[in-house]
Amino acid sequence: MQIYTFAAEKSNLKSMSKEIRLKKGLNINLLGEADKVYASVKPTERYVVKPTDFHALTPKLAVKVGDKVKAGTTLFFDKYNDKVNFSAPVSGEVIDIVRGAKRKILEVVLKADVVIEYEHFNSDNAKSISREQIIDTMLKSGVWPFIRQKPYDIIANPTDMPKAIFISAFNSAPLTIDNDFALYGMDELFQKGLDYITKLSSGKTHLNIDGNTNPSKVFTGAKGVDINKISGAHPAGNVGVQVHHIDPINKGEVVWYLQPQDVIAIARLFTEGKYDVSRIVALAGSQVKKPKYYRTIAGATVANLLFDNINEGDNRIISGDILTGQHIDLNGTLGFYDTTITIIEEGKEQEFLGWILPGLHKFSASKTFLSWLTPSKKYTLNANMHGEERAYVMTGEYEKVLPMDILPAHLIKACMIEDIELMENLGIYEVSPEDFALCEFVCTSKIEVQTIIRNALELVRKENS
Amino acid sequence: MKLFKNILESVKPLFVKGGKLEKMYPAYDAFETFLFVPDHTTKSGSHIRDAVDLKRTMAFVVLSLIPCIIFGMWNIGDQYFNAISVETNFLNNLIFGFWKFLPLLAVSYAVGLSVEFAFAISRGHSVNEGYLVTGMLIPLIMPVDVPLWMLAVSVVFAVVIGKEVFGGTGMNILNPALTARAFLFFAYPSYMSGDKVWVHGAGLDGYSGETILGALASNTSSWDNLKWNFNDALIGYIPGSVGETSFIAIIIGALILIFSGVGSWRIILSTFLGGYLTALLFNLWGVNFLMSTPAHIHLLIGGFAFGAVFMSTDPVSGSQTNKGKIIYGLLIGFFAIVIRVFNPAYPEGMMLAILLMNVFAPLIDHYIVDANIKNRLKRIN
Repeated sequence: MQIYTFAAEKSNLKSMSKEIRLKKGLNINLLGEADKVYASVKPTERYVVKPTDFHALTPKLAVKVGDKVKAGTTLFFDKYNDKVNFSAPVSGEVIDIVRGAKRKILEVVLKADVVIEYEHFNSDNAKSISREQIIDTMLKSGVWPFIRQKPYDIIANPTDMPKAIFISAFNSAPLTIDNDFALYGMDELFQKGLDYITKLSSGKTHLNIDGNTNPSKVFTGAKGVDINKISGAHPAGNVGVQVHHIDPINKGEVVWYLQPQDVIAIARLFTEGKYDVSRIVALAGSQVKKPKYYRTIAGATVANLLFDNINEGDNRIISGDILTGQHIDLNGTLGFYDTTITIIEEGKEQEFLGWILPGLHKFSASKTFLSWLTPSKKYTLNANMHGEERAYVMTGEYEKVLPMDILPAHLIKACMIEDIELMENLGIYEVSPEDFALCEFVCTSKIEVQTIIRNALELVRKENS
Repeated sequence: MKLFKNILESVKPLFVKGGKLEKMYPAYDAFETFLFVPDHTTKSGSHIRDAVDLKRTMAFVVLSLIPCIIFGMWNIGDQYFNAISVETNFLNNLIFGFWKFLPLLAVSYAVGLSVEFAFAISRGHSVNEGYLVTGMLIPLIMPVDVPLWMLAVSVVFAVVIGKEVFGGTGMNILNPALTARAFLFFAYPSYMSGDKVWVHGAGLDGYSGETILGALASNTSSWDNLKWNFNDALIGYIPGSVGETSFIAIIIGALILIFSGVGSWRIILSTFLGGYLTALLFNLWGVNFLMSTPAHIHLLIGGFAFGAVFMSTDPVSGSQTNKGKIIYGLLIGFFAIVIRVFNPAYPEGMMLAILLMNVFAPLIDHYIVDANIKNRLKRIN
């Protein structure tokens, strides 16, 4: 009863939306954007769930090789929080469990049935169901890991009460999926998901839309949430940047966040009672012959999408976007959170006197190459470093691409020397590696900035736990 | 290109682990990466990277110095032929200057790079590109007649004491090029001041090769009564260190640095502004000829402009925060003029002002960082 009135009160709140214009950032214009059409391919048989998709997770297996599973059957759970389950995306048989050094579980491999069978979970009406019941169902079914938290950029702890929930409706990184297209026509389902998600926090739920374009009515028509407009170059779409400007995190505070397609998965759970992580992905990148959108399932191998569709050569396949994604091979699978597959050239070649040449075809945020003459040109970039790692020399580079009131170079140096107090003071709780992806991109000294931030977050998390 | 590749491939086994010269690998690596941008690829995170690297950045600084180098060489010749009262032409000046400048440059690079390679090999790290710029800056801030052995000693001092003892490129507190000059200035003052050293051949016929600053500092003549005028100082037909005389050449360099993003516009502009405002203030006082020199002239003469554009912008020894850079620049300008007008023994205030602010830059940054921290804490309350 109490909870019901609480929900009613909340719907009466006037939505106080904000409009934020970011001046800093960088758009990297790349060739190989996915055309907004769906292509269909033969579904794959092989599915893999990777505990390594989840930062800081110590998995404990719930199945063994040979077990039959349904979509939604728990494959493994968090050793330190055994309510957090990770489920099979399809029904079938566990055919392999791949372990790495120290018997660390790397992959749980499934062979899928032709027709997917689903575990059934209780589906209740959003109005009558309590917060605890929602969380409980989400945990049991395996959709809980879609809810992530800041600080630390890890799966949310279900016993926390977040001060707000954030959903970024758009991606600003190059070649990423267009959610307006991917969620077209899903207005009702998306709203359904929001109805449940808004109950997870006593604070606001922020849905942040792209201020540079006219976003789809799936997002602009959403109810019960604050709709904020964010405009500017990448990383405007990063949820961390949005949190920083809308409701920044201080020490001890937690916000939760998720992606639009995660909302859909949660909505399906509560409307159909099943763990359905089918999703839409964009296949993009300069090495893709026909970059398009596909319907697939989280954990599916990507080989079927790539068959006869990639250019010859030494290719790099990335699950995720080009700035933050994971390097996978041809037999690799779509990561749990990923909605884009990017394929570029490896670029493992030396370039004769490359640092002296005029560089008409080289992309640089600095104007040290003649390519500044053609600012709207689209580029084909490969995975070459274009130089060796050096000590820090240049200053002011990171500041231009990080639209946050954070001193990036100083924070990174604090992380390097593992000075936790200084890191806290300089805002480590507000950042995620992805927010520093552009810093890493522009770095003249080729420092692995994202790795430094990830390790620092881990260090602080362990210290605080 | 293939030829270079083949040579490198053929000697590589000597340098890799297990080879006879494995300790010398950093030297091999330096040559290889000089010729070829390496084939390293990203492992994770940002799978694509900006095309810029430290070599490119340093090459751009050298590029921005080219107008100063060419004008400096021409001016060496022009000053010399003037001193001995010989009619000459553009090409003659340039050729004469080239042969005077070349030994300075050669000694600077040969000695400096030897030290850098030696440290890289002994520490087993790659050779950093910083010396490409330092090695070019050092001869440009020296008097043309500086003895080569002296130059060599100052280069060793600058690289070892100015840089390597702190951990090498990126770790130094003082600007290495200015450290070299300061070393000579205090160790061999008679070769770094007076009226003989700035012009090759000065003193032979009783010709005074005094710089404008020297003349003003001796308080014998005001700016208006000097034999040089505004245009001379603007274009650079004046005695002085090799690269510092032409304001126009320096400004071309500044524009290249600012446009390419390699040099900080914040530092450059605030240094000029700080110097101008300070000089303006002293104009009101005007008790000596340096104080009464018009404020804009102060920016043209001596090493002010060269220091503002090429020395204070050194990202390692300067302030590293955006707000800090403005304060840092303003204070450099301020101290340069203060040292000039109050201390006739050191009319070249720019060098000392920059070195002083190099030392204070971390303090400025400390307060900027502190302000950021306090802003974050304020949110809680």
